[in-house]
Amino acid sequence: MRFHFKTSYDTDIDLFPDWGKRGLYLALLALAAGLPFLINDFYLGEATNVLIWAVAGLGLMLLTGQTGQVSLGHSAFMALGCYTCVLLMEAGAPFVVAFVLAGLITGVVGAAIAVPALRLHGVYLAIATLALAILADDLIVLLAPWTGGVNGKYAPAVTILGLQFNRWSNPAAWYWLALVVVVLVTWAYRNILRTPLGRSFAAVRDSEISAQAMGVDVARTKTMAFGLSCAITGLGGALMGLFSEVFNNETFGFLISIQLVMMIVVGGLGFIHGAFLGAIVISFLPQLLSIVTDTLGRGVAIPGLESAVFGGLLILFILFEPMGLYGRWLKIRVWLELFPFARKDMFRRQKSYLKTERLR
Amino acid sequence: MDVLQLLVSGLANGCVYGLVALGFVLIYKATEAVNFAQGDFMMLGAFVTLGLVNPEYAGLPFWVALPLVFVIMGAIGYAIDATILRVVFGQSQTAIIILTIAMGFVIRFIVGAIWGHEPQSLQSPLAFGDIRLAGVVLRTVDLAVIVVTLLLTLLLWQFFRKTKVGLAMQASSQNQMAAYYMGIPVKRVQGMVWALAGIVAAVAGILYASKGALEPNAGFIGIKAFAAAVIGGFGSLPGALLGGLIVGVIEPFAGRYLPPGYSQIAPYALLILVLVFRPHGLFAQVRTKKV
Amino acid sequence: MSLLDIRDVTLKFGGVTAVNALSLSVEEGQVFALVGPNGAGKSTVFNLISRFYTPFGGSIRFDGTDLLALPSHRVPSLGIARTFQNIELFHQATVLQNLLVGRHRHRRAGMVENILFTPRVREEERAHRAAVEEVIDFLDLQPYRDQRIAGLPYGVRKVVELGRALASKPRLLLLDEPASGLSVEETQNMRWWIDDIRRQMGITVLMVEHDMGLVAKVCDRVLALDGGRMIAIGTPAEVQSHPDVIAAYLGTGAISKTADAKGARR
Repeated sequence: MRFHFKTSYDTDIDLFPDWGKRGLYLALLALAAGLPFLINDFYLGEATNVLIWAVAGLGLMLLTGQTGQVSLGHSAFMALGCYTCVLLMEAGAPFVVAFVLAGLITGVVGAAIAVPALRLHGVYLAIATLALAILADDLIVLLAPWTGGVNGKYAPAVTILGLQFNRWSNPAAWYWLALVVVVLVTWAYRNILRTPLGRSFAAVRDSEISAQAMGVDVARTKTMAFGLSCAITGLGGALMGLFSEVFNNETFGFLISIQLVMMIVVGGLGFIHGAFLGAIVISFLPQLLSIVTDTLGRGVAIPGLESAVFGGLLILFILFEPMGLYGRWLKIRVWLELFPFARKDMFRRQKSYLKTERLR
Repeated sequence: MDVLQLLVSGLANGCVYGLVALGFVLIYKATEAVNFAQGDFMMLGAFVTLGLVNPEYAGLPFWVALPLVFVIMGAIGYAIDATILRVVFGQSQTAIIILTIAMGFVIRFIVGAIWGHEPQSLQSPLAFGDIRLAGVVLRTVDLAVIVVTLLLTLLLWQFFRKTKVGLAMQASSQNQMAAYYMGIPVKRVQGMVWALAGIVAAVAGILYASKGALEPNAGFIGIKAFAAAVIGGFGSLPGALLGGLIVGVIEPFAGRYLPPGYSQIAPYALLILVLVFRPHGLFAQVRTKKV
Repeated sequence: MSLLDIRDVTLKFGGVTAVNALSLSVEEGQVFALVGPNGAGKSTVFNLISRFYTPFGGSIRFDGTDLLALPSHRVPSLGIARTFQNIELFHQATVLQNLLVGRHRHRRAGMVENILFTPRVREEERAHRAAVEEVIDFLDLQPYRDQRIAGLPYGVRKVVELGRALASKPRLLLLDEPASGLSVEETQNMRWWIDDIRRQMGITVLMVEHDMGLVAKVCDRVLALDGGRMIAIGTPAEVQSHPDVIAAYLGTGAISKTADAKGARR
């Protein structure tokens, strides 16, 4: 067990409390950056996929994990980010400009949608956002002249300063592109958490009434959270569309938003690590399942198996480890640090009483 | 008389939405849990009936199978509450929403594994041809669906007004703590609410399967039912039914009078309009939390 | 002029009159208590000041500013902080983070600056941190600084909530039953803190409290409410011995219909 002897307020304010932690994450970053030299192109593609899911997941995490608002409609914002980015690139904008603008536009649209949506609580918000995801799917079809409808669209080539990013001829470059985006988004996310902005999100999540009594403008805060969340998810969607090279309305169907929600819950709601762990699970689960079905001698894929296993996994997590994979890791870490003095009832869940969200 | 035809088939669809929405609201009112798997419950109920009734499976006579279906679906509802929902009691609504969505995935997979993914049709006694009435062709099954829904509504209404269990359910939905202190076994009552929701889902499933082909993805109509429940206002059972009817009727008319592609949007567009202008539904009154 | 001035305020919920033509004024530097039986409308007065409710008539002014013209989240920026009867902390966050939320009204940097964590944001954070540390010292919260609320005992939570209100450096502090549910020692501490809050920090206090022992020790002025109506005002001793107050608490004799109904129920 380590103790932090705090000698200045900056210990609490900095990204990392000490050089041990800082070194750990620098090493992790170095490993991530060196990954293309360690694994083959197939797995590098999968790793890129993990990073892209992590960006989208971080977006939703900001809303659900930090601000406590559930959204089942984030696929709509992934779609918006993707189509905006591609259309801007087709109009001649350089990739970097189109990408950033896509994030901004998705964020603004998200915030605008949040204005009526933030009056809704729990279930209402969930259903409204679910409707939004279904509407987005249909709208993409209706707006076929721009979006290509069901036939889809081919993503234009990504170039930055004359450098081509092609996932087949140069997978490492694509991977590094995704890594840079992930690192920047994570850094921004951490900044949000350690400033008044993130604290007001948490305040709204835990008690709207006392947030208000402390001077937090609840409506404004929720709008900001929604907008920021949509912006990040939009960036993830843009990366996803560009990476898959061809996409249509089904690429961003409403099941994608449900996958996104499941991903952050399995990973660990409210933790940055959770978004990454969830992204790893969601990217590698299909591989794992196909290996299992192959060894069991069933050549054909079983329809619905993937989502069922994911659903089952999710049920088990909510029942036995509501803090997700990251929560489990935290417990294992404490157990190791205290070994052999950990007691069995140390991690017993706090008895929770029903905090009614029904207004009566 | 095109309009009458559209109206009847719309109402029949609406009845199914309404019954799913009813199950949804039933559980919400009594336990504050939101069962996003209610549509999949309906699909499961339909498949259980199909498995018992259709000649290629068990081949039981319909009226023998019916009580069995109710028992099975009631038991499944109760079991889900006892094994899963009670464990997460007190966790955030978000957790329960996600949990029930995941349950839906699992149910869909199990049904697909047992009965396959090909569309099948239920040998239902409700479907016996068309009737012509002054130049209008009406499907008897649509009329039967409407009648059965009316009967079930009436039955439920009496159940909540007259029976001890029904009153206990009402009491614990209004104030759980007080009901507990009055000696009502709240947990068991909640289990019974889930069982009841399972039975209502079974009825909805049978009606749905009588109207057309059935496949594991049928559970997705649950989404329209949620829309219906919100349009009606979450707190009210008649509201849920009415919301279902509204959604059901809007669809065929939008399909008839709007350009193609817009008809499937109509229910969700209506939902969003309702949420913007009457966030608590058409038939509910707004209350604020007390501090 | 008084710091807080409530004139002729009435609020009804359906057919129930929660606050009935109430007027009161709290002077700068006072410790003012609202007492009365359950359901007398004490917390409702707080919620009116916090602007959670809008009264049917009358005015509420704080240092000359019309509170009724402001939305609820602007009230704290004037320097009004409060606690809640049933603790409303941010239970997933640590004590430190809770106290830092109390500093919300003093933040200056905007959203984009926060996201980029500009040097100005760091400067502000240091200042917030220093201010919060003073509160932690004052209330002896050092052992709990990095603990999450969800694991803390009730008495500590009560103190944290007081700390969160103090962290905002208010001019007027609204305490809703600060001693309810506290042990004898904890109540004793609360008493000294309230004294110090007034003497050292110069903060005016308006509190709702049932513990007449505490009220008598810390308050200058007491107003007794029953059925949303003022029944007595004065020093603690005067109010305690006022016949209407005794009647309201014990239910002997009829003052008004509502008071009678209250009495019968108790």
